Amino acid sequence: MTAPAVTRRMKRGSIGRSRSDVIFDAILFVFLTLVFLIVAYPLYFVIISSFSDPVVVARGGVTFLPVGFTLDGYKAVFKEKAVLRGYANSLMYTAVGVCINLFLTIPTGYAVSRKDFFARKPIMMFYIITMFVGGGMMPTYVVVRNLGMVNTMWALLLPGSITVYNMVVCRTFFSTNIPDELLDAAKLDGCGNTRFFISIVLPLSAAITAIMVLYYGVGHWNSYQSALIYLNDRNKWPLQMELRNILLLNSIQMTNPVMTPEQLKEKERLEAIAEMMKYSLIIVSSVPMMILYPFIQKYFVKGVMIGSVKG
Amino acid sequence: MTGAKDAGGAAVNRVIPGRRRWHVKENFDLLLFCLPAIAVVITFHYIPLYGVIIAFKKFTFRRGIFNSPWVGLANFERFFRSAHAGQIIWNTVAISAYSILTSFPAAMLLALALNAFRHQKYRRVIQAVTYAPFFISTVVMCGMITLFLSPRVGVVNTMIRSLGGTPINFMGKAAYWRHIYVWTGVWQRMGWNSIIYFAALSGVSPDYHEAAIVDGATKLQRVRHIDIPFLIPVATILLILNFGEFFNVAFDKAFALQNDLNKSVSQIISTYVYQLGLVDNDASFSTAVGLFNSAVNAVLMITVNSVVSKLSDNSLF
Repeated sequence: MTAPAVTRRMKRGSIGRSRSDVIFDAILFVFLTLVFLIVAYPLYFVIISSFSDPVVVARGGVTFLPVGFTLDGYKAVFKEKAVLRGYANSLMYTAVGVCINLFLTIPTGYAVSRKDFFARKPIMMFYIITMFVGGGMMPTYVVVRNLGMVNTMWALLLPGSITVYNMVVCRTFFSTNIPDELLDAAKLDGCGNTRFFISIVLPLSAAITAIMVLYYGVGHWNSYQSALIYLNDRNKWPLQMELRNILLLNSIQMTNPVMTPEQLKEKERLEAIAEMMKYSLIIVSSVPMMILYPFIQKYFVKGVMIGSVKG
Repeated sequence: MTGAKDAGGAAVNRVIPGRRRWHVKENFDLLLFCLPAIAVVITFHYIPLYGVIIAFKKFTFRRGIFNSPWVGLANFERFFRSAHAGQIIWNTVAISAYSILTSFPAAMLLALALNAFRHQKYRRVIQAVTYAPFFISTVVMCGMITLFLSPRVGVVNTMIRSLGGTPINFMGKAAYWRHIYVWTGVWQRMGWNSIIYFAALSGVSPDYHEAAIVDGATKLQRVRHIDIPFLIPVATILLILNFGEFFNVAFDKAFALQNDLNKSVSQIISTYVYQLGLVDNDASFSTAVGLFNSAVNAVLMITVNSVVSKLSDNSLF
């Protein structure tokens, strides 16, 4: 077809949006708006409920706007010592954990990104094997226990402190972003690997560091499984364990009928608090995530892109 | 001076791949970069791998890994003879299959829709919102589920009541459990999982679409004959990854949603391993069940991958 013919057909409207295209666009619009509402409404509902009178929420009176605006739920959250303690613990575990993760992941990622590194292949094999076989929960528990780490934060932070996926993301980043010429130039000037890494590679790695901080940080903040396995001392519990206690355990009908008066009293107290503050608690526990969400979204998506390019 | 430059030039040449020479001395410090991580992985991954032998022993913490007596395959026999085994394996497989069958089409459909969508700004809003649930922690997610579905105060049940129905104790009925688990998973991950498909679609050269438009193809036809074929390779790789994890249903969510009333469907291999090991204090039995699980996993992953690499160019390694 010649160019004038195309223009003519465009003017007639048979190119661009035909009638079926208009219908198609309309269907897309409806479908995506539906998806949007299905995802957004539960989140929105939690927010408005957290500011509403718990009695009205329980009756189903809250739909689009807060009813009986109150901050009682939030006050209750901040009065609960266990929650604050959990919050402080989680912040600390996340900060220390991320430092360990970075210290282990980034140098390894850089080293295996170097094509002239003699141990590159064996080290990659060493990591790939861990993807296929693992000891499982109890053998790992035995090792952690023998090292005297049960009931310490190291049990949460050290096992799994380098994940193969993140390491490969780093490797891909370095092999595409640090040109070989840079290394050659530095070598000419008598710069060794360590110095090159510290004074040239690291300053160029802000993006990958941000990605790693967020990937690992979100992981630490959200995880409860290792705390469940390794921490018996409630004073050391991270926030997610306290959340589990309040949000999940007391909402499950306990089938254990024999409870000591103390247990019963504790259960009643927990229930009263929980009803009051569940929604507020969800919001408070997600504050760090909400503040960081714009960054999280940007860098997580970037990480997925880097990770999908296999090096 | 020229001599030094030549030496430098030689160094440049040596970096070029293809001219393989091992610069052990020169790059020895790169090995030091890796050592801390290697030490951690050996301690917390390879030593436990050796610790798997407790599956063939009657392990007690007092005797330790070495001194606990051997029992051969007794732990495995006990598992496969127990009434639970079949049910737990089935629960795991059912949840896995159900999750894959729903989450794959959901994410692909969303990506295709977003890619074909004309309003750029609205699209970005939808993306930001649909990614968000991915970052909600398992505990909060399950808290929201139980809160919304609570028979007394949950939104869902107040709605059912206002429509004249009788409230349902969703979390207490085994029949609902899988659907709740899987569809909340779709809600939480659909947006996130769509990223990779969306990226693949943005990589489609506009030439194809322009050519199709000139030939008079409608949008729907372009989606069917251009976009979907481009998604197939990405989907294949992700499917392999998912199949490798087929028997590896995550502990967190199943455990968080588990209670005595729904245990008949919510007990999966990973929660069973936890219960045996840390609640019932039977480390050897727990390890045996875990070992069975990871053996199946490894075989699955290797098999699926080799099959796919024979069929096409797409494989993991």
